[in-house]
Amino acid sequence: MSSNAPTPATTAAAAAKPPTRPLRSSGTDKGNPWTYIPLVLLAVTFVLPLLFMISSSFKPRDQILADLTSWRAFLPVGDLSLDNYAGVFDRVPVGQFFWVSTVVTVSIVVLGLIVNSMAGFALARLNFRGRGVLLGIIIATLIVPFETFAIPMVYLVSNLPRVVLHSDGFALRMGWANSYEVLIIPFIANAFSIFLFTQYYRSIPKELDEAARVDGAGWFRIYRSVISPLAGPAFATSAILTFLPQWNSYLWPLLVIQQENMRPVQVGMRYFFASATAEGTPWGQIMAYTSLITIPVILVFLMFQRAFISSIASSGVKG
Amino acid sequence: MNRRTIGVVAMAAALAVAGSACSSQDRDGWDGTGPVPITLWTHSAGNEGEMEVISQIIDDYNASTDAYEVVRQDFPQDAYNTSVQGAAASNDLPCILDVDGPIMPNWAWNGWLVPSGLTESDVANFLPSTVGRYNDEIYTVGYWDATTVMFSRRSVLEGLDIRIPTVEQPWTASEFDDALRRIQDSGQFDHAVDWGPSDQSEWYTYAFSPLLQSFGGDLVDRNTYASADGVLNSPESLAFAEWFQNQFDSGLAPRSNAQDRTEFRNERVAIQYSGNWGYLQNYTEFGDDLLVLPPPDFGDGPKVGVGSWQYGLTRTCTDRQREGALEYLRFSMQDRYIAQFSDVTSLIPATTTAAELTTSGYYGPGEPLEFLTPMSEQFGLVRPVTPAYPVISQVFQQQFQNLVAGEDPEQVLDQSVREIDADINAARYNR
Amino acid sequence: MSSTVHPSRAAGAAPARGTAATPGRGASSINAQERRAAYLFLAPAVVLLTVFLIVPVIMSFALGFTNARLGADFAPEFVGLAQFVRALTADPTFWAGLRNIAVFVLVVVPVQGGLGLALALLVNQKLRGITAFRVMFFMPVVTSMVVVAMLWRFMYQQDGLINAIFGFNVDWLNDPTTALPAVIVMSIWQGVGFHMILWLSGLQTINHDLYEAASLDGASRWQQFWNVTIPGLRPTFVFIFITITIAAFSLFTQIDVMTSGGPANATTTLVYHIIQMGSGRGDVGYGSALSLIFFIIVLAVTLLQRALTKED
Repeated sequence: MSSNAPTPATTAAAAAKPPTRPLRSSGTDKGNPWTYIPLVLLAVTFVLPLLFMISSSFKPRDQILADLTSWRAFLPVGDLSLDNYAGVFDRVPVGQFFWVSTVVTVSIVVLGLIVNSMAGFALARLNFRGRGVLLGIIIATLIVPFETFAIPMVYLVSNLPRVVLHSDGFALRMGWANSYEVLIIPFIANAFSIFLFTQYYRSIPKELDEAARVDGAGWFRIYRSVISPLAGPAFATSAILTFLPQWNSYLWPLLVIQQENMRPVQVGMRYFFASATAEGTPWGQIMAYTSLITIPVILVFLMFQRAFISSIASSGVKG
Repeated sequence: MNRRTIGVVAMAAALAVAGSACSSQDRDGWDGTGPVPITLWTHSAGNEGEMEVISQIIDDYNASTDAYEVVRQDFPQDAYNTSVQGAAASNDLPCILDVDGPIMPNWAWNGWLVPSGLTESDVANFLPSTVGRYNDEIYTVGYWDATTVMFSRRSVLEGLDIRIPTVEQPWTASEFDDALRRIQDSGQFDHAVDWGPSDQSEWYTYAFSPLLQSFGGDLVDRNTYASADGVLNSPESLAFAEWFQNQFDSGLAPRSNAQDRTEFRNERVAIQYSGNWGYLQNYTEFGDDLLVLPPPDFGDGPKVGVGSWQYGLTRTCTDRQREGALEYLRFSMQDRYIAQFSDVTSLIPATTTAAELTTSGYYGPGEPLEFLTPMSEQFGLVRPVTPAYPVISQVFQQQFQNLVAGEDPEQVLDQSVREIDADINAARYNR
Repeated sequence: MSSTVHPSRAAGAAPARGTAATPGRGASSINAQERRAAYLFLAPAVVLLTVFLIVPVIMSFALGFTNARLGADFAPEFVGLAQFVRALTADPTFWAGLRNIAVFVLVVVPVQGGLGLALALLVNQKLRGITAFRVMFFMPVVTSMVVVAMLWRFMYQQDGLINAIFGFNVDWLNDPTTALPAVIVMSIWQGVGFHMILWLSGLQTINHDLYEAASLDGASRWQQFWNVTIPGLRPTFVFIFITITIAAFSLFTQIDVMTSGGPANATTTLVYHIIQMGSGRGDVGYGSALSLIFFIIVLAVTLLQRALTKED
């Protein structure tokens, strides 16, 4: 992939609009009240399955099945209890799964913001040879799906040395599997985030740098104290767009985590795959587990829905 | 400033790399005092009978020595091979593990299993199929074996005037076909025989490749293990495939069966092709009317599936651990444990001396399953001893499911050969 | 979200050393400093992207020509084209995966893209509570694919919600004729909200004056839609078309959770097969060869789409 290769990303880059133009919360078409009919029908389609999931998580197995043919399926009514949740906590170490997912997601978001914004700053505001080529390569990598190199990557990390700290020094061990490193480090640098920061930093007037340099500020200080404080929306967008796929990450941990105590929440789901008992698959517990790992994300989303939706929107226009 | 930047980045990287450092132990986890720990993995989680015996062996062993301590970890069978694969990739294998017999050569080829250090005299009493050999070395040993058998009922066969076969004089091919026809025509049953075609797992290779071999075919050339061509698609193999497909096409056998093989007990089929593990359930239903029969001789002698789970040592054992692990293996091979395994599983004890100690009433002198030991020794043919086996088996399972579903037998065999040979060519097993 | 950057703390944390640009300095030394700074700023990202993206991609090219195994003790040997020959001539699952993914892409790309546009038009109206509808349509996107797939697996059961509501009696995921369609429907349900937002943002970039001019010229709503909206959405269309295709090609999670590729390979996909071979079986050589084929297909389709959507 040479930097000149035509890629969708370069197309999108050419079409780039001023960065992070928040989506208008009202529409631009004048409203037709009849629209409420399809809107409500669609809303039902999108929300009912999730209500079904949450409602079922409080019901015993027999009631879930009995409720299927009526609206009761979507409502928390009848013989409700937290038994399914208790069952989940008995069966799998939910707390540990949440801890792993939280550590991994937070680390990737925080380290990613630092690493990618620094790279974006250099690409947007510093002159150096090869800048265009480098940006081109970074953009070109956006079309390479992770799935195409997941297997070589497993092979790579299983043959990488890893530093293990001891109480009395450190040692090298082969293989990164079953570690926080293997879940975090490969995903810190992110071509899309770099691109996002590059675009945003470019839109900030260059005169600010010059003024700061006249005052004697170095580049790092300019990046940290002058320019980045003006790039809040880019940081927010990058954080949101990193948070979601990382919390929901499945394939990679599936490949590199075997130990129970290192599983993130999504992979923890696999405990229930082969969990059929004499009474059949414990669907009540499964719905409880899926609710547990989903509700926090939904709550965060509902709290910051404007930021979420405009992040996604800006990802389309620019990336 | 620049230096500061580097410092911060380097520190962040170092911290991240070291982030999950957990233990301060040596490679084998020995902290220098007390017994050397030796980890052992089993596939038997959920199988209470087996777990009971294994934990007793481990308790007894640990009580018998101050030098070592065996620590057990259990996995459910369906996740076991994946767990071992993953552990091998991350260098987290235990020192001792159990392995399904036919898979052993593959794990040895990968370097995961190492020669156990057991000698011929250690295993002199053991059924040949319970000793895992590869490249002239003893890698693994098992406490019991299982074998394929045919279950039927004395009253049914006698009622239809069908000869009851014996190990000395099994059914011939035509005798068997005739028997099936007679059962079918009697109208007493939905189908004459249940082959278990719905069990989409190792059962296919384990149970059906012996039939293939009885016809004179085989899965792969056992002299070189370099190709399946001319063997799995030989005229003999084709004859088997056509015969087997006809079992389903003609309605003699059902194309699907209940997960727990209830058809035989519900008297919907007259003959059930199964493993000896099915004895207890069937005996409970029919008592002394139950017959346990050897499979027919389709020309090349009767053949039965053998070879089951066995224990061996991995490359992870340190020198220190290797000694203890071998000591543990020898300790565990005592007749009393082997007898106990047989009592809880109803499977064939690995030694005849252990058979005499069994109390469950199957394998002792004069007991109903006693003949299975010589039968499995005489008719048993282990699955091909090659690292290619996992692929061979997977291909066989998939293609023979297609065969049962009605695909052309010649095509099924040719496709199987193509897939198996492509894997052998690419993998270079005969390195 | 931007709490990592605290101007107040940053002020003391970055003592300038040798970078202060005094007016008297020559331009070349300033440039040299700037270059050095740039390389330092870029170093972490470039190193990480190289090790965890460029190197694995190159490795997939190299490993595909070897018999490498995961966790094996021996070094990979060169086996020429054997792995590729194997994929193309002796692996029916590969072809089944290719066929299924082609069906999936050909259905999901237009349907999900089109439905997304329809939803976007609906929620781009000035109506009370329109934001609530956007949020509801977007909810499945926030929910992880693992959860959604598990939930739908439950709903698709023979004694499950979907049969109960619509009065079918179909074992959706265990019947070879319905399994892939079932996965497709669920995938569209999960992803359409995402594309709705992309379309919506495209719709709102269209200059409103164009509509007013058109309506002054007496254009009907339909004429406005075809002559103003559609051309105005072109950049969004190109972007959605290409990204939705790449995402559809990578189908894995739904398959792993709902069907394991079955029944009888009816839902297996290229990526599912790659993971089965490369990780499940530990056959890194073959998995890499399949990955390389997958890579070439994605690249070819992307370039083709790019050529087709190129503006004159």
